Amino acid sequence: MTAELGQIALILALLVSLAQAWFGLAGATRGRLDWMHAVPGAVLGQVFFTLLAYLALTWALVQNDFSIAYVAENSNTDLPLVYRLTAVWGAHEGSLLLWCMLMSFWTLAATRFSRNLPLPFTSRAIGILGLVSAGFILFTVLTSNPFERLFPMPGEGQDLNPILQDPAMVIHPPMLYLGYLGLSIPFAFAVSSLIGLESNTTWARWTRPWATGAWICLTLGIALGSWWAYYELGWGGWWFWDPVENASFMPWLVATALIHSLAVTEKRGAFRNWTVLLAISAFALAILGAFLVRSGVLVSVHAFATDPTRGVFILMFLAFVVGGALALYAWRAPKMPPGGGFKLSSRETFLLLNNLFLVVAAAAVLLGTLYPLFLDALGLGKISVGPPYFNAVFVPLMLPLLVFLGMGPYARWKQADGGDMLHRLWPFAVAAVVFGVTGTLLLGGNAGVMVLAGVVLGAWAIFSVLAEPVDRIRKRGLRNGLGGIPRSIWGMLVAHAGVGVMVIGIAVVTVFGVEREVRLAPGDSHEIAGYEFRFEGTRDVTGPNWDSIQGQFQVTRNGRDVTQMHPERRIYRARPDPLAQVDLHPRLRRDLYIAMGDYLGDDYWSIRLQYKPMVRWIWLGAIIMSLGGLIAILDRRYRLGSGKRATNGNRED
Amino acid sequence: MWRYILPLGILLVLIAFFWRGLQLDPGEVPSPLIDRPAPNFLLQSLHDPEEMVSELDLVGEVTLFNVWGTWCPGCHEEHEELMRLAHEENVRIIGLNYRDDREAAIQWLERLGSPFERSAYDPDGAVAIDWGVYGAPETFVLDHEGIIRHKHVGEITHEDIDQQLLPLIERLREEAEAG
Repeated sequence: MTAELGQIALILALLVSLAQAWFGLAGATRGRLDWMHAVPGAVLGQVFFTLLAYLALTWALVQNDFSIAYVAENSNTDLPLVYRLTAVWGAHEGSLLLWCMLMSFWTLAATRFSRNLPLPFTSRAIGILGLVSAGFILFTVLTSNPFERLFPMPGEGQDLNPILQDPAMVIHPPMLYLGYLGLSIPFAFAVSSLIGLESNTTWARWTRPWATGAWICLTLGIALGSWWAYYELGWGGWWFWDPVENASFMPWLVATALIHSLAVTEKRGAFRNWTVLLAISAFALAILGAFLVRSGVLVSVHAFATDPTRGVFILMFLAFVVGGALALYAWRAPKMPPGGGFKLSSRETFLLLNNLFLVVAAAAVLLGTLYPLFLDALGLGKISVGPPYFNAVFVPLMLPLLVFLGMGPYARWKQADGGDMLHRLWPFAVAAVVFGVTGTLLLGGNAGVMVLAGVVLGAWAIFSVLAEPVDRIRKRGLRNGLGGIPRSIWGMLVAHAGVGVMVIGIAVVTVFGVEREVRLAPGDSHEIAGYEFRFEGTRDVTGPNWDSIQGQFQVTRNGRDVTQMHPERRIYRARPDPLAQVDLHPRLRRDLYIAMGDYLGDDYWSIRLQYKPMVRWIWLGAIIMSLGGLIAILDRRYRLGSGKRATNGNRED
Repeated sequence: MWRYILPLGILLVLIAFFWRGLQLDPGEVPSPLIDRPAPNFLLQSLHDPEEMVSELDLVGEVTLFNVWGTWCPGCHEEHEELMRLAHEENVRIIGLNYRDDREAAIQWLERLGSPFERSAYDPDGAVAIDWGVYGAPETFVLDHEGIIRHKHVGEITHEDIDQQLLPLIERLREEAEAG
């Protein structure tokens, strides 16, 4: 019964989202107030029915109803309850259900917080979101039904993929999906403004908190995925330039460009068309990511089970939604009034450079990701594009961006005084260089220009942030000075510092990290980076749905005990392949990392030892960046019901 | 005007490529071994450690060389199809038992029936590396002179046999008779 209930709920959600699209779009076009007022009701209906379908699948998993194919493929009687709950997004079909539900949540939020906006604008936007939702639900129902029955019913399920039985996997997909789907709101607002030709600045102000909110989720989602790959896949890498990772990184780059470009459009009315285009592109790349991951056009280490009909559907959806939006853009954008002009030396210029570098970086990643597909489609052979390409194009693009990141916030709108900026910033620049050079020398000596550039620029990103608070404190005292900084400025400063923290982490771990593959028998030891790893033997451990061989390691440094570590070689009973369960000893300044490899015979094991200096800074930086975004969203200007105050809000930002 | 249409144009070009991409299989990597003689190897037979299997056992008639293991779900899936090839179409199939346990493999064949004339036992995958195997199941088609003519990655389905393998085997058999 549960499966049928979920199935019916999903179909009803489809109908309701179509109603939402109709009432929103047609209501606004024909000026029918009663239709427009029906939109929030339809949104509630969509939330209700997608939630119901989601709960139906959850219940089926909790009950281990193996008559449902999805449950039989992704659960097992021994699977712990928490992973049965998260198995909903453990494979393609169920993750789409989560996707649909989160989409309805965003729509509900957009409806709730847009009450003070003009009704036709909101109705159109929510109507567009309705079309998008309908597309996703239709995709689920037609190509990927999670409620399909299985006959005959198997006695036991195949268990959730072991690499997904992990705490980070509990939150990584929902966070990432929230990020992708959140981008639908700037998209819908942009398209709605193209239809209604709303004035430049109001549209941008309404969109900013949504773009930032989606960006926060995307940042955290990607960071979680990277963290998960780091300790779960057993290679100790935190970024692989894999197509699936790139699929999430491209929308992030464009969303980052978008939140900066929105600032210009809101404050100065400039870049209007460019901002609209970014809003459309960010969401387009999110859908493109779904296409790349779920259609099987590219080879990836962690793609979903694929099926060409799914690819065809997403491609049609992409053509319809994004193609429609871009056609609308081609038609309406020429009619938009031009924005304000600005001088070469101005904050606009810095933000333009920011956009330029981010968009070029996104295009380079897109090109690298799709290049194998292009060549194959043209019959020019099979190749793969790996990290060397991406590092070679991406890193040089990011270094100048970091220089500008420190300067941009101190340039005035329209026309900046170069001398004033130099005067304010030179002490911080000097401090960054001193810190970067001494820090690099202390860490590892003469290590090359790239790590030096990375650490100096990372320090620059962090130190330059201090210029604003320091200035304010000097002018107005500690209390008034710091209190006078608006939250949006705080948010920006914190986020920029987060970038610096991340960059330092990346530079240091890339250059100073040590990795050794060794062959050890009990009693043997091996030293890396001053740490002595002593292998003391193995013991057997049994979990709820797995058995494992656990290595016993004693780690010492200069003769003093540091820690004991217990990596495992784990076999999930329902699946044949063993899985390395890494053990970590994490510290802010370094991680120690052990992964058990194959048994080599005669008591010898293949063991991978790693020393990862400052690797935590990468994810810490991402968390700080997200925190900055959160602070910016909480700025008074975006508060509910602040429609009047908003116009005479903060002068700066 | 063109700058307003450009984004739409880019999207359409991308979609055209994706459309083409959907009809291609990115996992289909041409093996460098095609049209080369089978790599040399010498392994114990799965059933009898005293008996050896080598590349010479692949010569003489059109032969399938199938990489399999009891741990491999795709091998379970294709087992029935291999049985059909071996017993209805009289195709000689030599197995490469890959990273497996000898006892488990023998039991598995006793329970399900064996499509293999014999299987070589490759517990640490050393020979599989020479053959460029990166997963099981994989199947090589060799002509009567022991030249590799085709490689199939992944499980063999009913359609694969009817549309690809059988026509190829027929052709190779005709070649063998003519030459």
